[in-house]
Amino acid sequence: MEYKFGKNKNIFFLGIRDGIPIALGYFAVSFSLGIMAAKSGLSAFQGLVASFLNNASAGEYAGFSMIAISSSYIETAVITLIANARYLLMSIAMSQRIKKGTPLHHIFIIAHMLTDEVFAVSIARPGDINPYYTFGVMLVASPAWSFGTFFGAIAGNILPMRLVSAFSVALYGMFIAIIVPAAKADKIILSLVIISFVLSYIFSFDFFHISEGIKTIILTVIISAIGAIFFPLKNGDNDE
Amino acid sequence: MNKWIYIFIMFAVTYLIRVLPLILIRKKLKNTFIRSFLYYVPYVTLSVMTFPAILHATMSQTSGLLSFIIGIIAAWYGANLFKVALLCCTLVFVIEYFIA
Repeated sequence: MEYKFGKNKNIFFLGIRDGIPIALGYFAVSFSLGIMAAKSGLSAFQGLVASFLNNASAGEYAGFSMIAISSSYIETAVITLIANARYLLMSIAMSQRIKKGTPLHHIFIIAHMLTDEVFAVSIARPGDINPYYTFGVMLVASPAWSFGTFFGAIAGNILPMRLVSAFSVALYGMFIAIIVPAAKADKIILSLVIISFVLSYIFSFDFFHISEGIKTIILTVIISAIGAIFFPLKNGDNDE
Repeated sequence: MNKWIYIFIMFAVTYLIRVLPLILIRKKLKNTFIRSFLYYVPYVTLSVMTFPAILHATMSQTSGLLSFIIGIIAAWYGANLFKVALLCCTLVFVIEYFIA
């Protein structure tokens, strides 16, 4: 493959086309993230910058909730790491498909928007990763994501409470849409998800005196480790 | 606490997670425990973050709970990310119209 734009124009435009539905979904979800950003004390501009830099629904959500309670920088870093741990997995998966000789700056750009959706459409293409396809997707998805947060943060203060309340669940809807298909396909994931819901509920009682962030870290590590010990992947599983 | 520092920390951590494997890993991972652990982490962490937090995101716990349950059912029967998110929002809006 030659890494020149002229040679990859068509695949670039294909990326733009595939990016449009992603962009629409992003705008709605990111809008609800903007409401949350404003509630956490961020300005609309800070929300825009945060979304442009992070491109991570769960990660930004976790980060904003840390900002809201003026948590420590270290705790914020750890919770961001945990909330975004799945990107580590996706990046590892994608690393197996990067062709030798791909320019380093292309890899740096792709890494910037390695989200569930961009990863999914990029990896679904046959053969090695063509950076230009991913660039096309990013070109439409990134502004939608960034400005969704911006407008959410502005409108969150103007919109009636009922509308804000309704938009607030968009993020959770997105989380559900990521969890459920995996749980349906894999009984072990299903069990771990149910265990997670139950333990998360139990440990949210005031009686335990632990913060939302710490709870997320501890439960994630323990439940995933138990899964890995008792239900290790067989060789060949999950080898995208 | 400076908000910009928070934003920069979030960015630095998130970007490193994404870029390091891409530039460092050139071979397939072998350790079964690490592979299995990494495989389960995303679903467990999203589950922990979703429930019971969704109950407190809305004005009434009832609407949060119903959108949680119906969102799961819709996703189970194949609704995509965008549809589930939209459905949850609509449910909360409609339910709270009646009870709030």
